[in-house]
Amino acid sequence: MILKPNIDDIKNIGYYLGKIIIGLGFAMFVPIVIGLSFKETNPALDFLISMEIALIFGLILTKLCFTPPRAQGAGFTEKDLNWMQGMIVVSLSWLVAMVLGAIPLYLSGHWKSYLDACFDAMSGFATTGLTLVQNLDHLSFTHNLWRHLIMFIGGQGIVIVALSLFVKGFSGAFKMYVGEARDERVLPNVIHTSRFIWLVSIVYLILGTIALGIVGTLNGMKPINAFFHGACVFMAAFDTGGFAPQSQNILYYHSLPFEIVTIIIMILGAINFKLHYHLWMGNRREICRDIETRTLFITIMITFFITAVGLTQLGTYPKSITLLRKGFYQLVSGHTGTGYMTIYAQQFINEWNHLALVGLICAMALGGGVCSTTGAIKMLRIGIIFKALQEDIKRIILSERSIVVQKFHHIKEIFLEDKQARSALLITLAYLGLYGLGAIVGMFFGYPFLDSLFESTSAAANVGLSCGITNVSMPVALKFTYILQMWAGRLEFMSVFTLIGFFVAAIRGK
Amino acid sequence: MTKKLKTKNIFVSGFTPHVSCLKRAVCSVQRAANHRILYLFVILFLPYNCFAQSISSPELINNAKQYDGKTVVYEGEVIGDIMVRGEYAWINVNDGKTAIGIWIDKDLTKNILYAGSYKSKGDWVEITGVFHRACVEHGGDLDIHAQAIRKIGLGRQTPERLNLGKRNFAFVLFWILCLIIILRQLKLK
Repeated sequence: MILKPNIDDIKNIGYYLGKIIIGLGFAMFVPIVIGLSFKETNPALDFLISMEIALIFGLILTKLCFTPPRAQGAGFTEKDLNWMQGMIVVSLSWLVAMVLGAIPLYLSGHWKSYLDACFDAMSGFATTGLTLVQNLDHLSFTHNLWRHLIMFIGGQGIVIVALSLFVKGFSGAFKMYVGEARDERVLPNVIHTSRFIWLVSIVYLILGTIALGIVGTLNGMKPINAFFHGACVFMAAFDTGGFAPQSQNILYYHSLPFEIVTIIIMILGAINFKLHYHLWMGNRREICRDIETRTLFITIMITFFITAVGLTQLGTYPKSITLLRKGFYQLVSGHTGTGYMTIYAQQFINEWNHLALVGLICAMALGGGVCSTTGAIKMLRIGIIFKALQEDIKRIILSERSIVVQKFHHIKEIFLEDKQARSALLITLAYLGLYGLGAIVGMFFGYPFLDSLFESTSAAANVGLSCGITNVSMPVALKFTYILQMWAGRLEFMSVFTLIGFFVAAIRGK
Repeated sequence: MTKKLKTKNIFVSGFTPHVSCLKRAVCSVQRAANHRILYLFVILFLPYNCFAQSISSPELINNAKQYDGKTVVYEGEVIGDIMVRGEYAWINVNDGKTAIGIWIDKDLTKNILYAGSYKSKGDWVEITGVFHRACVEHGGDLDIHAQAIRKIGLGRQTPERLNLGKRNFAFVLFWILCLIIILRQLKLK
């Protein structure tokens, strides 16, 4: 029997949702400061309006939904979340963040419709990088900063941001943490884990901005622009987002050093935060031993080989050095889920052959490490599936009496269990289904198979590389499809399935 | 090319020969005859390696193989930074659809006064140069190596005017927010 959610469930969800909305409202204070420092009054007003709307809604929601726990009597202690509530708070938070985050974008006048602004907001929060912005080259510093800041917030996890700022400590935090597709804790306490993730990100933000700022200045950019672009590009690269301050994306800079620095940042973003922790603690050997980094290295090599063969067959790039620079950059960008491009979207279809595109699509579909800022299937799962396959083959080859035990190294030595393999396969299947679903919708609107699969994989795996389908004139239904793909792909399905289950229970439950 | 043709027109219509400069005039006529032969040559063979009419960025990108290595004319707004690299510089020119990188002699960029950004509209320029689908010199970038640049339109600062509607709306929301906070505080007490 399906139980209908009661009013307490809804109130508890609403209360925490309200807190996250307030957190998001406060985040808009950053672009307001930037807007005022650059004397961009109207853009600052856009954010002031959006911040006020967020705070009004957040305060009303927390007030209406506040229920003191019965066990402790009347008081102002926060009630804890159960698993279902935690998951729903997460899935709804991302939708609410999209709606609120789109307000300042829409007010700027650079997005043709509110749906387009929502598309970009979801793309930003989900660290995808597909964009429908108009006349990006004339966008204000304030709005540009917001586009990249939402990637930074989304990359760490919207709920994590709220957790580390507002929540002092309660067991419901872990449920929301898991709901945001992070099933690994760096430290025993989830709040400490969230704060560690912030610490790593802020330290890298400072270092990355300085590195990119210096490269930009040496490349002939004005220092103020170089460091602003540096901060924006770092936020999008480390959080494997893919937005850039100019319409040509990374091609704007025409610089090999800039590309090298962004490759390093993209790879750092694709590495598990748990691994970052061990590296910070001086345990450098871990990077060579971990199953995720090994799988990442192998899959990058294999997919690059496929792409390079494809590009060579067609003679797309006349010299091997140019093939390496263009092919490897797009591949690493796709594999890490960033979506930075040094070629134009149309060039994928016009100049890359099918083999090269298949190599790139495979790379996009695989993604980076778990508990990192990337989307897609992720390296740990690929590694586990491969190990499970290896175990099964060994069982067939070796005598029936022998006991086959498979181990893998992920921070520590772990014995492979059936439930791990099952879980990895289920998520992988869900991702493959999501990629396929988007491709079918694309083909429904008349796009060729490979183009549709490319764009669908890019959206669902939160990559952001585009072959040209994503543009303002694409069908509205396709915009909705990609928004849903970005959302479901970023949250890794569980919280999305829980939300669907919640609505089913609300309708059919007793 | 266009510049040279214009100079010639000015010479024909505006110059009145005097007796004292008869020799110079004869020389000019001879030079003009030579030029005519050169123009004839250019007119006959130009279509094979040069596109005199301005080509849009989608046209260039979508038919990159066709235009690869050819001299093209491309026009648009200079956006972002003028990035000087030694004797040359990179500028990015947006024709309203997409921006394309232009590799240009540093000295030719001196006339560019405005580059497009939030606070300014960039100079509108016409670039004549060799188009590269995957430039070997620049790591496979799709770019144009400029031979000549002509400023078609002057850019300008675009001063921001305060949007009163937005300001008033922000005020209204501010008072609503204050009211909610006060009501919350009163209820807490």
